[in-house]
Order: sequence, then structure tokens, then C-alpha cells
Amino acid sequence: MSREIFAYIEHHDGVLDDSALELINAAKKIDESANVVALVFGSGDNLNKACEEAAKTYNTVWKIDKPDLSYPNAELIRPMLVNILPKGSVCLVPHDTFGIDLAPGLSVKMDVPYIPDVVGIDKVEGDKIIAIRQEYSGQVHTHVETDMANGIVITIRPGSFEPDESKSASGEIVDKSADAGDVEAKRKFIEIKEAEAGEVDITQADILVSVGRGIGEQENIELAEELAEALGGVVSCSRPVVDAKWLDHSRQVGTSGKTVKPKVYIAVGISGAFQHVAGIKGNPFIVAINTNPKAPIFQVADVGVVEDCIEFLPVLTEKVKEMK
Amino acid sequence: MEILVCVKRVPDPAENEIEIKSDGSDIERDDLVYSVNEWDNYAVEEAIQIKDKVGGSVTVVTVGDEESDEVLRREMAMGADKGIHINDEALEETDGLGVAKALKAVVEKGNYDLILTGAQADDGAAQVGGMLAALLDLPYASLVNYIEIVDENTLKIGREIEGGNQEINEIKLPCVLSIQTGINEPRYVGIRGIRKVAGVEIPEMELSDLGLSEDEVAPRVKRLDYFIPEMGEGAEILEGDMEEIAEKLVELLKAKGGIK
Amino acid sequence: MEMALTPVAKVTILGIPFSLFAVLIPLIGISSFCYIMARRLIPLAKAQPDPRFDRPKQRLKYVLKFWLGQYKQPRYLVAGVIHIVIFAGFLILSIRSISLVIIGFKPDFVFPGLGGFLGDIYNFLKDYAATFVLIACIVAGIRRGIFTPERYKVPPKYGKDHTFEALFVLGLIAVLMIFESLYSASIVAAQKQQGLHAEFLPPLTLGWAFAKMLGGTSKGLLQFINTTSYFIHDSVFFFFLCFLPFGKHFHVITSIFNVFFAKLDRGTVKPVKYGVSEEELDDLPYFGVKYLEDFTWKNILDFYTCVDCGRCADVCPANAAGRPLIPRFLTIKAREYIFDRFPVLGEIKPKEPLIGTIYEEDEIWSCTTCGACEEECPVLNEYINKIVDLRRGMVDEGLVPQTLQKALNALAKRGNPYGKMEKKRADWTKSLEDIKVKVVGKKAQAETLYFVDSATSYDERANEIARSVVKILHACGEDFGILGKAEKDSGHEVRRFGEEMLFLTLRDQNIDAILNSGCKRIVTADPHAYNALKKDYPGIPPVEHISEYILRKINEGKLKLRPIEDPNLVFTYHDPCYLGRHNLIYDAPRKVLDSIPGLKRVEMERHKDRSFCCGGGGLMLFYEPPEEEQRMGQIRVKMANEAGANVIIVCCPFCLTHLEDGVKTTGFEGKIQVMDLTELIVKQLIE
Repeated sequence: MSREIFAYIEHHDGVLDDSALELINAAKKIDESANVVALVFGSGDNLNKACEEAAKTYNTVWKIDKPDLSYPNAELIRPMLVNILPKGSVCLVPHDTFGIDLAPGLSVKMDVPYIPDVVGIDKVEGDKIIAIRQEYSGQVHTHVETDMANGIVITIRPGSFEPDESKSASGEIVDKSADAGDVEAKRKFIEIKEAEAGEVDITQADILVSVGRGIGEQENIELAEELAEALGGVVSCSRPVVDAKWLDHSRQVGTSGKTVKPKVYIAVGISGAFQHVAGIKGNPFIVAINTNPKAPIFQVADVGVVEDCIEFLPVLTEKVKEMK
Repeated sequence: MEILVCVKRVPDPAENEIEIKSDGSDIERDDLVYSVNEWDNYAVEEAIQIKDKVGGSVTVVTVGDEESDEVLRREMAMGADKGIHINDEALEETDGLGVAKALKAVVEKGNYDLILTGAQADDGAAQVGGMLAALLDLPYASLVNYIEIVDENTLKIGREIEGGNQEINEIKLPCVLSIQTGINEPRYVGIRGIRKVAGVEIPEMELSDLGLSEDEVAPRVKRLDYFIPEMGEGAEILEGDMEEIAEKLVELLKAKGGIK
Repeated sequence: MEMALTPVAKVTILGIPFSLFAVLIPLIGISSFCYIMARRLIPLAKAQPDPRFDRPKQRLKYVLKFWLGQYKQPRYLVAGVIHIVIFAGFLILSIRSISLVIIGFKPDFVFPGLGGFLGDIYNFLKDYAATFVLIACIVAGIRRGIFTPERYKVPPKYGKDHTFEALFVLGLIAVLMIFESLYSASIVAAQKQQGLHAEFLPPLTLGWAFAKMLGGTSKGLLQFINTTSYFIHDSVFFFFLCFLPFGKHFHVITSIFNVFFAKLDRGTVKPVKYGVSEEELDDLPYFGVKYLEDFTWKNILDFYTCVDCGRCADVCPANAAGRPLIPRFLTIKAREYIFDRFPVLGEIKPKEPLIGTIYEEDEIWSCTTCGACEEECPVLNEYINKIVDLRRGMVDEGLVPQTLQKALNALAKRGNPYGKMEKKRADWTKSLEDIKVKVVGKKAQAETLYFVDSATSYDERANEIARSVVKILHACGEDFGILGKAEKDSGHEVRRFGEEMLFLTLRDQNIDAILNSGCKRIVTADPHAYNALKKDYPGIPPVEHISEYILRKINEGKLKLRPIEDPNLVFTYHDPCYLGRHNLIYDAPRKVLDSIPGLKRVEMERHKDRSFCCGGGGLMLFYEPPEEEQRMGQIRVKMANEAGANVIIVCCPFCLTHLEDGVKTTGFEGKIQVMDLTELIVKQLIE
């Protein structure tokens, strides 16, 4: 018997989020032979576009079209999911701000176990599943186990599974709007307030290109910015850079600055003094670029480059753009 | 407004180095210092600020062993009015749902307008708040970084979403909110404040007081072990000319850093 | 005896004897003054106790040196000299003024003791005094009104400019000088005209000049001038007396008391409340200063005595860095607040919290407690105790900046502000190849304890200081040890940042560990730890700073040093605040440097007791002010450069950190190096 695995597809303006293509691989890891159904909630044109895109990866796409869902409201979507998901479903959701909002409550309403923020699937034996999680801001990994006989809700950490870019499916789009039903929620979406331009919160960034004194001059910070942009990250820095007034204090990583928990930390011209390094939590992949091979940063970095950052950064940025 | 805030005693992330026991059964706890979960602390500060504005009271509750008492006291030193300590051996190994069930029983014993939790704790699961809301059938919002009282039945809230943007919602009371760090600036609690509440009574409750059976809180999701995945020691210095190094580096960034 | 003019006491106007006015004016004047002073005493009565009657001999010495001797005035030469002249003039003329008052109704009055020859000397002096005072007033007025020095200016957020009051008072003093002289001159002119014996007016004095000018004036006019001058002088004198308690000239009355009651012990911090022991602290309703009445009476006296000279602000490093703190206005705002809440006429207003009304939180957190302000203040006002008390109040309310909260929580949990594990406190010893550092305690003892403290233990750069100290102690054959993980932060800044209870906890743990070590003496390289151990820790063996130790050992011949080889190196020594100002250790480090052959040393303009704080130690490392134009370390490095130095020698881990950061961010990397004294010694040590 093949399991039914459902993947919650997130999309914005008709474009699928990166997580959408990752969930299918997560599903396959759980059960190679499963039929994975994409769940796409939304409204109007954007929803249709998203469903068409999803159909290129998923063999079955369930479309739920509701005027109230032009912006995804977890409080509306949750009861609808309860209405349409069959008993025993495995439901995968990305572990992002929406998934965090939706999934715990969903598992309770479906009366199934919940494994949050999974970074890997170790094995599945019958109805027993062993997943891999992290604790203590990523300092340790754990194996967790549960029984998914009656179904399960799992949130998957974005980026922990490879995306399926093949677009080889020609999936069927099924309109499940009627089955989802008319639900009311006691929470209503009003609007989005965008972050002020220039006000970057480095504590939320997954990729940081961090500059220290070794960047030499204020103008050179631009090199770091180009790299950050190419990587989809943000520029942060150590204290001397703030002291020199090259960057605002909100960019400072360290004991008297911010604590960051990125997935990737590229330390450019940073010596690696404790006060700075102490601001980096969560065991990210750390790259150190520094002309001094004895700099303490190389003790904490995973990978090191002993080169002049002013010369190396542009080369690296080019490569990133090339190979992305 | 009657506010209940759920707090947890966790190993302090700032002042500890987390190491795993050689048998992988747990982390090394001997040298650990504990404190209140940072997110929960923000939630308590928010609750106190709301109380200062509109009156009412703030109750803090925790599910934990004897030592967990200290975080309740600290939050009371900060300004919470009452503390409730749920301490039962059967809850020591429970999962998020078990904790949520215990908290649900506490909520039902009171008459709370607003229930707050921290957005996440040491295990990064970010689940108890959402589960509690579902068990109680109350509206929920996670990652809340802004609360404004519209009227006695409605709150205007902001949720922190990707890109540093803020999602503004209206939510009906009573409700459950999980609070994100940075919503406010928590006040300092000094040694003196903590000493002042050292003698205050904090009622302890067991499963029987909550009307729960051991079965109901038996964990469905179990942690099997702790482990460190393989990664090299110290920095691997990349060799070659700059082009070669850059290429290797991008490969590594994609493989190990999740860059796509 | 024949009088040239009718004495004031005998004049009548429209049948009313003038002596009546001569009695009434002082009567009204003195009784008003007494009433005003009584009202001004009310805040002191409501304030907290402060024991200041101990060591009377030393206090009298202070009065002689700082009040009478005006010892601090010349530090700002022009203003200083002007003030000394006016002050000396006031002292001399006080006798004359009293005599004049009484002459108004007792025309034959002679001040006791000044009858004969002494009286003549006095008269000689007083005439020159009045003349110099007038000249000083004119110079001061021009300087103040036209060339206004920076430190007198009032930034708009602190209210209106104070120039008017300053010029007004100078005007009043000038009036007093002029009319006193006119009074005398008119008599002398009349005496000369009538061929009577003329009182001697010394040449080139004001009186002498007036007498010459009045040479041809009619007797009637002279009489008029005489009586009117007296009347003006009398009224202005008593007006001035009553005006004093309303502004910065209150110091004329209070300064002698302020100096007598001055703080005698450098580097100390007052207890939470005098008269309340540590065990009783838990019973206090709250700690620190939240309301005006929480200050001590001496603090209130300080507020009254402040002369608004701006010298404290001029030397304050936080102010120079652009932080929201100007010490002068801490005092001026408080004084204005007191005058407003406790008016001479009208009802006393209810109290309100000082933070948020007259003070801002960051204003109080910005202070590094360097003590430059206290060192500079000519009337010996105190600042540090007030700041600490205000911080205690804020800690009590939970109003602590998040960056400091992190550090304080780490101190509470781990005994150091970095949050690093206790067992790693002595990790710096691991890279010492040949020397095994003894960890003392119950199981191992040593003669000398090296108290490392948190910064030197956990900061990688500062670890070099620890290793250098060990090498030095080892080279001297010292039997020494460290406390290792039993050592907690000395708590020096914890106390000065207002977390008294946490400080007491740390202190008591350290005292236990120190006593368990069995040591006979303690040595430390951290001036903050040194100050804490010396002043804040009761009942422990004597403490020495490493610079003193090194000097001793050099003099004993135990340490031999190589000459400096590089002829291009120019050294300068930066006095750490807690070694220099707070402990008066200025010379030992200099002597150490000067004992190294071939070492070229220059002094920065701001050196010794005028040293400029590097940025602060302990918890100050973690504080981020909301506004700051430059780091203090950057300013100091530029000062070293101006002095022509390319090596800055410090003797403190915090100065090392701040100044090295300063070098990195001012473009002097590679041109100026910063070294700790201990590192230099090790470098030049001949094994």
C-alpha cells in the first residue's frame, strides 16, 4: 500500500517558493513509491499560475481557491486541511514562518504526531519513522522517532533537501475548493508592513558575509556587498568596522553587537576575536578569508582561504554567479 | 486583562558550550547554567507592559522539575503576580503535545484572556503554543512582535515574517500568541529582586491535580539520542590559485552551506 | 576730632537720621539672608546621611590647600589667576565690608585688632585688593562676554545661556569696589581740601585715582557722593549676599564647607546607604537614587556649590566622545531642580523620579568613572558616587540597557561578563611552555597570589599580559599561584554600575578563595581589580600593582633589562584611570620605563592626573551608547601621535584593548603600536 504524502506548497505572486521543490524529495525519502500530492491554497490568477508550476513537479495538485486566501492565513487553511486530508496522511510543510504558524495546531486537529524542523530522514521501517533534528541552535543533532500509522505532520527545514528541478511531471490539477468547505477564523489578515529599506536585521539572515578590519577601507565593503548579493545574503561586520563608522552598529556581530544564527558565515578580514565569534551561534558553515594564517578565526572556521580579501572577493563573487 | 505566560527553564545559550555525552544519551549537563528561555522572557515583559497599561494580572506557569521553580521566581521578580509549577515525574520524558496538554489543564482552571508562549525554546520545535491553541480551540498567531489592544475583544498584532517584514493581523480574544524576540526590551532583574521573591509561595501541581492520566502525556515523539554529524576539525585551508579556490569554495557552500 | 565730612551715621535726610537706614538695611539684609539660607537647608535636612566629620585634621588641611590656597585654580591659568585675585580680594575686603556696615550707625567703629599699625597695613592692602578686584572683574567680563570660552557655553537642550548672570555678578562686584573706593576717596578729597590730616590712599589704587579726580569737587557734592556711595555699597552688599544662594555664586558661601566635607578616599564607592550594614540591605525599600531626597546632604551641597565653570565637562572623556553626558549639567540640572521644587518663596513641590525628568538613562550609563571631573573641580565636587547611586536606582527599576544585561547575567551565572565557562578561566596558562602555573586553594598554597581577573583571563589579546606577568614573577623567583576557576570577576564595575548585590556575591566568593590560598600578598596587573581589592575588599592581604612590583624588583637587581635597540621608537606612557587618578600611582611605571636604557619617552599633554580615559573597563566594554561621535580610544591615540610617540605603553588590559582598537580605526595601523608594560619588560628581560 502506498502512503499518501501531501506537500504544502508555498507561493508568492504565482511563483513557487524554493521549498516547494524540496518537499518532494523529502517525501521520496520517506517513501519512494508514494504518490505525492501538492496542496496549493490561494486565490485567482496567482493560484492558477502556482498550480501549473507545481504540476510540473507533482503528479497530483490539489487546488483550493478561496477569495479569503489571497494572502495565506494559517487559521483558515488549517481547518480546511482537516476537511480535505484523508486519514493516515503524511503532511509535509516547510518549517518557515508560515509552517510554524500552521503545523503544530494542524497535528493536534488531525490527532497525529508532529515532528518539527526536520533536517533529514534517517529511516522508515513500516510505520516507524526516524527523523533527524537539531537542538540548541544547531549545536547538536538528534534522532527522533514516532509512529505514523495514523498519519503525521512534519515540517521540513528549507534547504535541507535538494530541490527537484527536473520539471518532468505533467501533473493533474484537482479542484478541492468545495471539499475544503467554508470556514471562519478568529484571525484576519490586514496587511504587510515592509521592513524599512536599509534596516537589515542580520539576526534573521541565513547567509552573512561579514567584514572585519582586514577589508581595509570603507570603499572595499562594496566587494563584500556584491558577494552577499550574489549569495542571497546580507553584510555584517565586527566591531572595528562599526567603530570606524563604516557600517551601522545594527550590522555588528559579537558580544556587544548582535547574536546571529546563519547557515553560512563568511568572515572576511576578521581576526576571530572571542567577542566577535561569540556572536555566531548555531554552528553555521564558516568560511574564513584572511591573509594571516594564524588568525584565530581559522580555529572556528570550517574552510579557510589565505588570500588578500580585496583580490579574492571579486573572483569568488564571479564564481558564485557562474555556478549558481 | 488576565494573562498566562508559559515559561521554560533551559540551558542558557549564551553561557554554555553544548557537548554530547559519549554514549549520546544526553548532552553534558554538569557544567551547564540554566535560565529562563529567552523568548519566554520577552513574553513575560510584554504581558507586564500590557498589565501596566490596562490592569489585570500576569501568571507564569512552567512544566518542569524542582529546579524550574527558579525561573518562575525570576519572572515574578520581574513583575509577574503569580506562579504555577507543574511538576510530575511522568512529564519528564513527555513530548511537546504532553506539555501542551498539561498547560491546557492549567488554562481551564483559570479565566485567562490572553495566553502567551515564547516562539521557541532550546529544542527549536516552536510547537507548544500552536498545539495549546488547537487543544483549547482558540485562535493562534506565532512569531508575534507587536501587540496593540483594539478593544476588550480584539488585538491588532504583528507577525515577523521573511525578509524582516511584518504581517499585520487582527485576532479575537481569548487567544494564544507565541512571542518573537525583539518585541520589547525586557527589564533587568537583579539579584536583589530575585532575593525578594525567594520566599513566595508557588503552588505545585501534579498530573492528578490537572485531571490527566500518565497515558495521556506519554510521549508519542521520542528523542532517541544526540549526535554530532561528521565535519572536519579546524579550517580546511583551500589550495590552488584564486580561481581554483573560488570554485572549490562555491562547491562547498552549496554542499555544506545549503546555498543553491 | 574734626571730620571733613559728616559721617554717614550722623547724616539726616528730611529729619530722618541716616543711621536708621544703616541699621535697617543690614537688619533686613541679614534676616532675609537667614530666611533664604534656612529654606536652602531644607533639602539637606531631607536628604540621606553622610558621615563627613571624621579626620578633622586632614579636612582642615584640605581647606587650607584647596579653599584658601586655591590649589586647583591655576590648572586653567587665565581663569585661575582671575579667580584667585577676586577670591583674595574678597577675603581681604571682608573685614572692610563688615566695618563699613557698622560705621553706618557707629561712626567710631574700628575693627578689633586693627586700631594702630596693623590697621594701616590692612588699609594699604585693602585698597590694592579693591583695585585688583575691579581690574579682574573687567578682564573677566570682557573674556566672558566677548571671547566666551567653549566650556562656558550652554548647549540648547540644557536651557538658556548663563552669561547674563555671570556678567551681572561681575557688575555687582565692580559696583562694590567702585563705591567703597568712592566712599573713601570722597573723605580724603574733603580732608585734603580742608587741610586736615588725609587718610593715606596708596598710589595707583582705585581710591587714590578717585581722590585725585574729586580734588576740585565742592564739599556739598563730596558729602553727597560720600553718603550715596555708602548707601549704594550697603544695599548692594546685602543684595549680593541675598543673591548668592540663587545661582552659581552660592559657592561664595558654601565652598569652604564643601571642601571641608570633601571625599577623602579616592577610588571608593559609598555604601548603598550610610548606617545600613550589608546584612540590613534586604530591608531597604529600594536601592539607589530615584528621587532627589535619596541623595545625601553632601550631594545636595555639591549641587549648591558648583561654580558652573565647565572644567569637569572640558576634561570628561564621555563628553569629548560625544556621548550624552556632560558632568557640569548633571549638577546644574539638579540645582535648578532643587531651586524649583524647594523655592525660597512658595510651596515645596512633590517629588518625582529623576530619571526621565531631569536625567536620561544613557546620560548616566555613559560615565566610565574615570574621575577626571572630580580631579578638576576647584570646589571638590563629587560625581562618581552620584552616578553609582543613580545607577543603583535604575538597576532597582530594571532600567538596564540590553547589552549590559547580557554581561550582568553572564556574571551572575558564570562569574565573568563574557559568559565563558569557569573551568576555562586559566586556559591562558596552557601555552606557557616552560612554566607551570600553580593553582592555589586548599590543596596548594603560595606566598603571592596573582589575581588575574576576567578580562586578562578570557580575552585572547589580554592573555599576553597574564603570560608576561607569570614570566616576570618566575624570573624573580617568586612563589606564586593563581586561583584558577575559583576566581570570580573582581566585581569592580559590577558595583560601579549599580548591581550591588551581585557585587557582594562575587566579592565574598573571591575573599573566601583568597583566604583559602594562604597567600601573604596579592599582585595584579589589572588596575580595576587592584582598586577593587584595595578599596572594596575587607580583610585580605595587601595588594600591589605589577608596575610597583616590577620597579621594586628592578631596584633590587632581580630584573635586568636590555636596552631598546630601535632608535626610531618613541614611547609614551598612558596613565590608566584606576592606577593614576584613583590610586596615585603615576611614578612607578615611569620609573620602570626610564630604567630601560635607550628608551626615549615623551609625555602626552594630558598625562598623570589629567590622563584621558581609554574608554572604560569591566562592564563598560559591553555598553553601547546611543550617540557617540568618536571612541575615546581613538581620541587618545591621536593624542599620542600629537606628542610624537609611536609606542604607547599601558598598564591595563582594558586600555590595551581600547587603544589597539583605536589604532586600527584611525589609520595608524603599522605606525603606532600599543604594548602593555609587562609585555615590554618580558621583551627586554635578560634571562
